[in-house]
Amino acid sequence: AFFWLVSLLLSSLIWFIAVKASDPRDEPLQKGLLIFGVMFSVLLQEAFRFLYYKLLRKAIEGLVALSEDGCSPISIQQMAYVAGVGFGLMSGAFSMINLLADALGPGTVGIHGDSQLYFLTSAFMTMVLIFLHTFWGILFFHGCEHRRWWEITAVVVMHLAVSGSTFCNPLYVGSLVPSYLLMAAAAAWAYLLSGGSAQNLRRFLLCK
Amino acid sequence: MITFMNNSDSEEEPCNERTSLMSAESPPVPSYQDGLPASEAGEPQAHRKRRTGSSRSPNNIADGDMSDSGVPVRESALENEEEELTLKYGAKHVIMLFVPVTLCMIVVVATIKSVRFYTEKNGQLIYTPFSEDTPSVGQRLLNSVLNTIIMISVIVVMTVFLVLLYKYRCYKFIHGWLILSSLMLLFLFTYIYLGEVLKTYNVAMDYPTLFLVIWNFGAVGMICIHWKGPLQLQQAYLIMISALMALVFIKYLPEWSAWVILGAISIYDLMAVLCPKGPLRMLVETAQERNEPIFPALIYSSAMMWTVGMAKPDTAARGPSQQMWDAEDGRENHRSPSHADSQMSETRSPIPTRPITSFEELEEEERGVKLGLGDFIFYSVLVGKAAATASGDWNTTLACFVAILIGLCLTLLLLAVFKKALPALPISITFGLVFYFSTDNLVRPFMDTLASHQLYI
Repeated sequence: AFFWLVSLLLSSLIWFIAVKASDPRDEPLQKGLLIFGVMFSVLLQEAFRFLYYKLLRKAIEGLVALSEDGCSPISIQQMAYVAGVGFGLMSGAFSMINLLADALGPGTVGIHGDSQLYFLTSAFMTMVLIFLHTFWGILFFHGCEHRRWWEITAVVVMHLAVSGSTFCNPLYVGSLVPSYLLMAAAAAWAYLLSGGSAQNLRRFLLCK
Repeated sequence: MITFMNNSDSEEEPCNERTSLMSAESPPVPSYQDGLPASEAGEPQAHRKRRTGSSRSPNNIADGDMSDSGVPVRESALENEEEELTLKYGAKHVIMLFVPVTLCMIVVVATIKSVRFYTEKNGQLIYTPFSEDTPSVGQRLLNSVLNTIIMISVIVVMTVFLVLLYKYRCYKFIHGWLILSSLMLLFLFTYIYLGEVLKTYNVAMDYPTLFLVIWNFGAVGMICIHWKGPLQLQQAYLIMISALMALVFIKYLPEWSAWVILGAISIYDLMAVLCPKGPLRMLVETAQERNEPIFPALIYSSAMMWTVGMAKPDTAARGPSQQMWDAEDGRENHRSPSHADSQMSETRSPIPTRPITSFEELEEEERGVKLGLGDFIFYSVLVGKAAATASGDWNTTLACFVAILIGLCLTLLLLAVFKKALPALPISITFGLVFYFSTDNLVRPFMDTLASHQLYI
């Protein structure tokens, strides 16, 4: 969570500088800057995920060196999951909490001609992002562990795609549907990487 | 000594400052395990060697080689064990401290966001006499710096005064001061707090009920904090009085002064704890010389006090303000009848001046980490001020919260590495301040723009 926060800080710093340095009345330029800000932020988040991976790796090595039987009390998969959840929670909290606070107060949604489904779609979008961050954490760390660069690039590309799809808002079908599809794909992939299989799933569901 | 403030409704401010902070950790188990298998002659030597060894990196086994032949092998094994156990219990201690700090912050933020009283400006403390309603920015800055200087010097003077009192064994005075201040906190501030909360939610309450509630709350609190009580109840009371104190600070410190004071106090904490002539360090050393355990009423401890007290003498623990000494002393006296039953007191007495005493029966989970209440208060002040003044933005509050917790984590990590008393304020407050200012000014416009276009990063 802390690492996500730092990445957010740095990316907003860049965006802020860019905005201050540019002309505030130029609408397309502002929109362009915003898009640039979003993309840059995504890249920075992934970079910080990588840094976090490096830090956790060192920590695990330290723990293994110190432990009596040569294996660390927490595995890298668990750390990947926790890292993903941390990133997701932080990004979700930052996206939603102001919305929730405003939702407590009086007002009408979409009174100025915006979509009336603003709160609902924000909620769904946030949820899908949180799940995605968790799965991306697992995929990313797995890719780093086994040196499969294509996995890492897949995660980055997916993140960029999801963020990019939100540019279609308020045409919600353009952003929510692809995001959910990507989430299902990432979920299946992460499940398989963590050692699950269709058989395991069936056994679990049928409570054998 | 109770001082009254000038322009406000007559609220009394205790002049004890719960400011010095430190987090403490009881010595890890291996140092005790060392005592057991070793012979009497070898033990002090091994102990000495291990202490020099442990202050360096854990993998530096070379230190052990410098000792006698019989010792090195045991050295490295012990050192490894020690480090591993430290890390394992370090993680548990971190969680044990996260919960109370989080609870305190939640209480403060919830109150600030709902009760208007604590964000209204109703005068200032006499410790910060310069007003901030000045026309120019420079003048305002100057006033806040002057306020800070006055506040910090008040704190320094009182800390030194308490150290002197402790050195010259004026326990009764300290004890009385401590009781008076917690009395005021528990009764007066609670009464005001309850009054404001009831006003906010428009709930009517008659005086007899109020009297009954506050009397019970206060009396149980006094007993729990200064004498014996269930651990969790004591922890709950300590959290509540920290929150109340933090709320008072948030209300009565003017804006810029508050931030400058937070910064200055973390620097002061750093110096008071680490410099050889710092008052807090002298306090710890005096306590260690006299082999007295360090205290109860103004330190939050996550484990049973009496076991920690017995295990201690060598622990790096510091109290926020020295009034604790006396309460501790009072507590000691109360505790001694119960100690008579335990085995350990008997084994303690023949071992006079050894800094580390062996305890056979103490379980690891009974050793906890200690954090001064001043730490709680200033963390909550930072988060509360962020909640109050950050343009109604929850992101800033959340960011400060995460920053403080990470700072606490790092401090505990350093504690595990250095194994002596460390100031808990500097790292957390620095992170908190950095994140507050940057989130408020940089992240907020970015997130607001993103939210208005409904873009997600």
